[in-house]
Amino acid sequence: MSNEVENKPVRAKDLLGGIVAKHYKEAWDAKNAGEKVGWCASNFPQEIFETLDIKVVYPENQAAAIAAKGGGERMCETSENNGYSNDICAYARISLAYMDVKDAPELNMPQPDFVLCCNNICNCMIKWYENIAKELDIPMILIDIPYNNDYDAEEDRIAYVRGQFDYAIKQLEEITGKKWDQDKFERVMEISQRTGRAWLAATAMSRYEPSPFNGFDVFNHMAVAVCARGKEESAIAFEKLLEEFEQNVKEGKSTFRGEEKHRILFEGIACWPHLRHTFTTLKEAGVNVTGTVYADAFGYIYENTNELMQSYCRTPNAISFDRSVDMRVKAIKENHCDGALIHINRSCKQWSGIMYEMEREIRKQTGIPTAIFDGDQADPRNFSPAQYDTRVQGLIEVMEANKAKEAK
Amino acid sequence: MSKKIYSLGIDVGSTTSKCVILADGQDILGKALVGKGAGTDGVDKSVSLALEEAGLSLDDIDFIVATGYGRNSYTRADKSMSELSCHAKGGARIFEGVRTIIDIGGQDAKVLRLDEFGQMENFVMNDKCAAGTGRFLEVMSNVLHVPLDDFGEYDAQAKDAASVSSTCTVFAESEVISLLAHNEDVKNIIKGIHSSVASRVSGQVRRVGVKPVVAMTGGVSRNMGVVRALEAELEVDIQVSPDSQLAGALGAAIYAYENFLKKEN
Repeated sequence: MSNEVENKPVRAKDLLGGIVAKHYKEAWDAKNAGEKVGWCASNFPQEIFETLDIKVVYPENQAAAIAAKGGGERMCETSENNGYSNDICAYARISLAYMDVKDAPELNMPQPDFVLCCNNICNCMIKWYENIAKELDIPMILIDIPYNNDYDAEEDRIAYVRGQFDYAIKQLEEITGKKWDQDKFERVMEISQRTGRAWLAATAMSRYEPSPFNGFDVFNHMAVAVCARGKEESAIAFEKLLEEFEQNVKEGKSTFRGEEKHRILFEGIACWPHLRHTFTTLKEAGVNVTGTVYADAFGYIYENTNELMQSYCRTPNAISFDRSVDMRVKAIKENHCDGALIHINRSCKQWSGIMYEMEREIRKQTGIPTAIFDGDQADPRNFSPAQYDTRVQGLIEVMEANKAKEAK
Repeated sequence: MSKKIYSLGIDVGSTTSKCVILADGQDILGKALVGKGAGTDGVDKSVSLALEEAGLSLDDIDFIVATGYGRNSYTRADKSMSELSCHAKGGARIFEGVRTIIDIGGQDAKVLRLDEFGQMENFVMNDKCAAGTGRFLEVMSNVLHVPLDDFGEYDAQAKDAASVSSTCTVFAESEVISLLAHNEDVKNIIKGIHSSVASRVSGQVRRVGVKPVVAMTGGVSRNMGVVRALEAELEVDIQVSPDSQLAGALGAAIYAYENFLKKEN
């Protein structure tokens, strides 16, 4: 453990918050020192720029933060006034607006000298990043990970990603003047593995009843899993989080306040502009989120470089429907979910488009009740609190009736 | 003889308020439907009318359950429940052996799956768009200058169904205006509107699964044009009842009775 981390407060929550703050500070420092700084997709292989010691920031994280702090509508409208359709992802609209106005009091970050795009989580992102690259006249590096209709990525796909991975390194060396260090890469992979394992182990603690943590916490902790997977302090913070959860299990405690009456899978990205409402409605009824797909989505586990390529092919939105269903069913079964709440996210057609059939499969394979609500990850205009409340109340009433039936 | 238990269910909808009063959870003593919904005096009025019919006052009522979109605004309620559970409960009382309930109300459409004991197992609701709901039909009624109550009759006399989109209420409204401009027969337009609603709602029904007995509740169940269009689309008989629109309030009154017993025990 480094001295820097040792001197920080001991709670995992504080460590994680500190990592995010440091992440942005380092990017600003690099920019101010005249280094090239990038904007990067959440599931781009971070091992590359971590090894090259290149600072990047994440437009998806920034957009979520802006939306959660109430700036989503303003930024979306800025993009719409610039000619972008409101059918486009709200993260993209916020990011394109930020590129234009270059200021958001909710969360500022340095402007990019290049963009790193990886479409394993989002295809809209290719056009979004292309537009940034063109508008700002900066290079765009793309790692293309096509949708996989097979269950896993085999040799041909791995080779395809590997070729792009190697080319991305060359491009970044040219752009930044920094040099690749294979030994450092090995160390970064090791640290990333440690972070991934700790993240997966911590989030898997929701299998205990009651869960030792409030499931909505995962939405916040995820920022570190996205932006600092290759840093040792992230591994340490997630290991600390795991320790705290283990302690909570021993003591029968939880960060979820109140009795955990029901446990659900929350499917989809958080509805950031209405996080408080979506959370409070569940919390007041004693509903804890014990299943999410986030946990597995950012837990990249691999033993060698080829497996690294393969793991980036296993990101949600790049995997087959069968694998997507298995992922949800596993989360429901392992975490003992009594119901599933599905966010049809207007921003993300790729994620939400499969949800009607996903709902049917979840019901068929697990027998739990489900409810779907309309919302958006960042545009507050696409959510109706009253509609959400009715659907959630209906779901709770079915879960209660099921429990009463089981008790008989 | 022990004192009767009086329970009251109030369904505060977006366009109407419905109230049902039960004795011992069984006999309907009073019922009322007022054409004003959440945020209006229609709520209190429906309660007063039902109490009057039952010959009771509010003080006589042992337990009140509120449901519908305005359920949380009715402060006299002992408990609020979703209209999903209440329509399932009321529907199961009205229609024997019902397993699928299609409830089309003022601003939403829902499909409920019931188990063999009448307990709701699952449900599907419409998305944010008003297409396929009562509001959609109201908009069309205004455009066509035909009262909603006459829609079923017009539909029965249509020779053909005009093509009307089911994607969006506003688009559909422009389509209807365009059909009128092209001198399309109003009866055919109305039949087309009903097909549009049926096409939208049948998608939801299929997501839950069409399991007979199928019944329809909610205000739109009074429109036989929609019922026929849905029957044709789903290839199944759909039961309706004069009390269909009161199903939510009836379910709330039954829940009120059950909750009172639970409280007493």
